[in-house]
Amino acid sequence: MILKFLSIINFKNHENTSLKFDENINCIVGPNGVGKTNLLDSIHYLSFSKSYFNSIESFNIKEKENYFMIKGEFFNQEKQELDINCSYTNKKKVLKFNNKKYDKLSNHIGKIPLIIITPIDSNLINGSGEIRRKFIDKFLSQIDSSYLESLLFYNKTLNQRNALLKNSHNTNDYIDLLNTYDDSLAEFGTQIFNKRRDYISSIIKTVKKYYNIISNDREDIDVEYYSELQNNSFKNLLKENLQKDLVLQFTSSGIHRDDFIFKMKETNIKKTGSQGQQKSFLISLKLANFDLLYTKTNEKPILLLDDVFDKLDDNRVEQIMTILNSDNFGQIFITDTSFNRINSVMSTAKISCKYFLYNFNGTYHEKT
Amino acid sequence: MNFSSSIIKNVVEAISNFPGIGQKTALRLVIYLLRNKKNAYKISNTIKELVDKINYCSICFNITEFKYCEICQDPKRDKHTICIVEDISDIMAIENTMQYKGQYHVLGGLISPIDGIGPSNLNIEPLINKLSNGNIKEVIFALCASMEGETTNYYIFKKIKHIGCEITTISKGISIGSELEYADQITLGRALINRYSFENTLKE
Repeated sequence: MILKFLSIINFKNHENTSLKFDENINCIVGPNGVGKTNLLDSIHYLSFSKSYFNSIESFNIKEKENYFMIKGEFFNQEKQELDINCSYTNKKKVLKFNNKKYDKLSNHIGKIPLIIITPIDSNLINGSGEIRRKFIDKFLSQIDSSYLESLLFYNKTLNQRNALLKNSHNTNDYIDLLNTYDDSLAEFGTQIFNKRRDYISSIIKTVKKYYNIISNDREDIDVEYYSELQNNSFKNLLKENLQKDLVLQFTSSGIHRDDFIFKMKETNIKKTGSQGQQKSFLISLKLANFDLLYTKTNEKPILLLDDVFDKLDDNRVEQIMTILNSDNFGQIFITDTSFNRINSVMSTAKISCKYFLYNFNGTYHEKT
Repeated sequence: MNFSSSIIKNVVEAISNFPGIGQKTALRLVIYLLRNKKNAYKISNTIKELVDKINYCSICFNITEFKYCEICQDPKRDKHTICIVEDISDIMAIENTMQYKGQYHVLGGLISPIDGIGPSNLNIEPLINKLSNGNIKEVIFALCASMEGETTNYYIFKKIKHIGCEITTISKGISIGSELEYADQITLGRALINRYSFENTLKE
């Protein structure tokens, strides 16, 4: 997928920006606060119909304005044009695909395959299990709509079961109804478990491959999927924990308690990894997702790299550029604060790219 | 809102209890009633009649003026088939299709502990009693295709499967006259999984 042309009005700190992009590598360079990351976020918005950073829509509107609009002209491998237009006014979001309005925004997910890597991703390592589950759920929903369906159904059932545990203890049919919910939880939960397990086992090789390239085989990494379902069937699990659930008044076991553990040298990378190592790991993980997304959609995803070289040594930066220079990757957007750094990175790797050089006052000029 | 009289205030508050009606609309209705006294009496009488005379059929929980509803009393209708619906409005929808000649059973809602509705709040006990007495050959689930609907189906199914009557559910899929590309993926996927022999479509 290639983004040819982007127009942003009143999105975050962009008042009116129109940019024509190169089919290969685009570098957005400028000092802090000129809107480099927001530019990437607007591209993310066109793919997911939401911001990567802000879930509150009104924060995405430029100060003192009452709407924003993002428009992108894409074309895919078959050279078909895809126009995407997204606007937000009066708390209403309208998303148009080739000038046709979507009834459901979720139908758009997956149309523009995209992977984003940003410094905020360090939450995946340092944050709670919920953040990791959300990350993996979001990715799997992008390649498999039935995954999203099962997940929504599971969560609804879980809420009903928890409400039942909390409220109505003494009705006669209490246990019968609990069993009914258990059966649906088991059915959908097992589907989700299988898909998460398959996903981890299918990307683990690629994550390791990329990490070995970036680190020059210096460290061993691993991803482990932790779920109570690994040693027990969901139905059994619910049965065994019934007494506990009755006391706690919520469902204490299931795939909503799953976690993914990122390991380096056999221990959690959260404890042993340096910032640079953690960052290398996250880049490898995201690039592995990139490969999987490419295979599933048969369309090269767009890759957004926000401040990707920060915290990494020259060696690792060079290795990352070798990876990105391969045929596997298509259009890439990179932001950086220093022209000298990125220019030397690009010339060492012998990569030609288009630069958008921003000044302090928000104006820019292009350079190739 | 400030009202000049406490009588008006009471009426407005009563009317704004209706679903979908707020205080402003309620006030508009009150002013209308004051200007059309004849109509107002007519409305209040019909409402009184409604509350006094309408009750629920003791067989199927449909609304009726008598002990049994018209459908349950109708000798031409098949007494061996029961269609389970959520509400009275669903009976009207199914009756309008003219495709169903059996009897009904109104649950009066769906199981949803979040909203405080458990099985004991619904007409499930009477249904089980009715089925246990025999004579019923087929039970048709016609509840909505939401998670709550599925749960209610499944709960009842587990309670009645030992009785031995045939248990079916209305099919879910592509609506007639619509184009495939506009169907949502979930519905289309289900419709494909639950496809049926083409020969069955020729009978109609």
